[in-house]
Amino acid sequence: MPVISPEETQPSYDAVIVGSGAGGGQVAYLFAMAGIKTLVLEAGRMFDPTRETAMFHTPNMAPLRAERTPDKQYGFYDASIASGWDIPGEPYTNAGKEEKRQFAWWRQRMIGGRTNHWGRVSLRNGPYDFEMATRMGVGHDWPISYDELAPYYDKVEMLAGIFGASEGIENSPDSSPGVLLPPPKFRAGELLAREKAKTLGIPIVPVHRAILTKTQDAERLPKILHPGNGKAQRLLAENMRMRAKCFFATDCHRGCSIGAAFDSMTVFLRPALKTGNLDILPNAMVHEVTVNDEGRATGVSYIDKVDGGEHHVSGRTVVLGASSQESVRILLNSRSRAFPDGIGNDHGMVGQGLTDSVASSLSAQIPALENLPLHNEDGTVGQQAYVPWWRAADQLAGKLDFPGGYKFIVSSGRKMPRLSTGRSFDSLSEAEGIPFGHQLKEEARRYYGSFIGIGAQGAMAANKDCYCEIDPDGVKDQWGIPVLKFHWKFSDDELKQVADQQRSMRSILEVLGGRVSRSYEDDPLAGVKVGGSIIHEVGGAIMGAKRVESVTNKWCQVWDVPNLVIADGATFPTTADKNPTLSIMAMAWRAADHLIGEMKKGNV
Amino acid sequence: MARSEKNPNRSPQRIDRRTAIQWVSAAAATFPLSRGDSFAAAAPSATGYGPDPDLTKVYQPGELWPLTFSESQRTLVTVLSDIIMPADETSPAASELGVPDFVDEWISSPYQDQKPDRNSILKGLDWLEEEAKRNGVDHFVSLDAETQLKICQDLAIEAKKDRRRFPGSFFYTLRNLVAGGYYTTPEGMRDIGYRGNVAMVEWNGPPQEVLDRLELKPQE
Repeated sequence: MPVISPEETQPSYDAVIVGSGAGGGQVAYLFAMAGIKTLVLEAGRMFDPTRETAMFHTPNMAPLRAERTPDKQYGFYDASIASGWDIPGEPYTNAGKEEKRQFAWWRQRMIGGRTNHWGRVSLRNGPYDFEMATRMGVGHDWPISYDELAPYYDKVEMLAGIFGASEGIENSPDSSPGVLLPPPKFRAGELLAREKAKTLGIPIVPVHRAILTKTQDAERLPKILHPGNGKAQRLLAENMRMRAKCFFATDCHRGCSIGAAFDSMTVFLRPALKTGNLDILPNAMVHEVTVNDEGRATGVSYIDKVDGGEHHVSGRTVVLGASSQESVRILLNSRSRAFPDGIGNDHGMVGQGLTDSVASSLSAQIPALENLPLHNEDGTVGQQAYVPWWRAADQLAGKLDFPGGYKFIVSSGRKMPRLSTGRSFDSLSEAEGIPFGHQLKEEARRYYGSFIGIGAQGAMAANKDCYCEIDPDGVKDQWGIPVLKFHWKFSDDELKQVADQQRSMRSILEVLGGRVSRSYEDDPLAGVKVGGSIIHEVGGAIMGAKRVESVTNKWCQVWDVPNLVIADGATFPTTADKNPTLSIMAMAWRAADHLIGEMKKGNV
Repeated sequence: MARSEKNPNRSPQRIDRRTAIQWVSAAAATFPLSRGDSFAAAAPSATGYGPDPDLTKVYQPGELWPLTFSESQRTLVTVLSDIIMPADETSPAASELGVPDFVDEWISSPYQDQKPDRNSILKGLDWLEEEAKRNGVDHFVSLDAETQLKICQDLAIEAKKDRRRFPGSFFYTLRNLVAGGYYTTPEGMRDIGYRGNVAMVEWNGPPQEVLDRLELKPQE
């Protein structure tokens, strides 16, 4: 079974999956390996990371020095095609007028979804992150505990290949022995920051990322991941042997032709296609889950973006992994006699509980790092060091004035220059005017790579001001599908957290002797990044223990439609101070395991 | 050394350059520059490369959309580029790395984001030619190197005072494009000290001499 067109779909599938990224790809992989006849519908085109990525190209080989344009909103070489915050013909609306009342919605219309341009940071939620309401009195608890998800974190980490270390940090869980790959050595700036931050009691440890720092153990891991399934073991072993280890160059956002960095196509869909159990239908814009009179899902309706035609495909089960807000949109647009307000929306909960990482940043020039002997600092290009949340105990004891933790990503070193490099030394220059000529060249050599940047990302609990709905004014996209309207407002909790982020980042940069850029302790609303801009948004169809306050049960099944499962971040009741992707994959694995069991029992 | 000092009576209507820059700056402050095309030729009509370009291809300026510079503008930008990023014992001048072509590509872009830069650059090039005439020659490139440099130094000072006010804003924009265009070439990257973008078998972290400089212990 292969990549197909609408005419080539089977009359019915065991499972129809909407979306091919972290959630949909994970479920497709597991279903195909389990012998379940599966169709994946993807709203964008196929993309082959082995042939279509320009890993070593320098910016002078691209239009406009590879800077961002409306066509390539993360830069020319980013492995995102037909994707972005603003896609022609695919609008969404915002209720708020001010910049910080807006929500920016990134859509990734291509096979593999957002796993193509992700920084690959892969952190587990900790035990506290599942019980924010109980511990902090805000937002919702998850209906599952960390212990229930931990085995799935281990499995995802073994399958995807995650580097990192086990540091024994409170609420930043260690992986089981033999699961993680070795972390890369720190760069000079990261080592210096670690030494200096120690004096403040702030830990800087290796981050976890989905990059192979050594080749995967194709003998051992397939047997652990697919016990008793010889075919799955063979196909996974074969796929693991096709992935090379990192060659310590080039940004993962460009895509990885050697398969060292994780993406859904490379890790999930390539072996899944070889099972013969998976069809992939690209360019299919799903807008509705269809149901029968008993309220069971029967399949999905979609528009073929190639010819604009409306189609339907049937499935015994339906899995939504379209990205959190796209899945919410599909639920809300699935109106029927059984579900007049959209599927799962009997209590008005679909669209509620939208959250995102609470983010701000700060940087400084560090005189100690000037004029360091020249050396290659690429490493695993991008993040290598991070500060896990280190004050969980203080927070629980009521010593902090905000409820959610945060983490810092620390970046340093001489990175590949970009267009802005030419103006990045102005504030340091000793010239009477802006520097140019021989003076600029000399100052650039002195200062280049002497900066340390810190990016903070923190937890967010659901609040009543952050949600989405179908645009009440009837705005539709170019396919005639009703669009989402977002409502967004940072609460005092988030703003106090941002002020604290700024204070802590400043303290680290100052102990490094840095010349610190403008910070926002006093004006956190100006410092906080726009909602959605970190592309970590989750929620909107949250899981819960009770029907009235959630959309799905603890197995990500929509309460009233047990053969409809949500496999992306829409089910997350809160945003933790960890990046969501690893949790999306672990949750999707757990949901898929349960659904396979239910299918075997004949319950769905 | 400005010409006015040499030949104070040659042109009684001439004002000195610094005064001219200040006048223009003051006027610009009073009448904020329009973001429209009032000072510059309309951008050539073209579309961008679209949402799904071939990422693996190597693109040349002028390939995706038509360029703008006339011969004399190109000559002028070439001279300015080499004043902004001159050759020295370790690296070539900007013009040897194709930077003027990049500046032309940038200001000819069909995207809105580059339009203010287009207006600023084209208006600034005109201003420099006027400035050359005030110095008694037809073209900036005909001025002696010392005068050219002096004009740029004055513009750089204005840019530092207020990078949004013309003509300092012009020089700020041009400097950004030339220096940024320079450092995004392999030769420019080498000059600034970037040593990456090379496939490696292992990554061993910083070398010992770096650790010694920072008084750091070796990593495990």
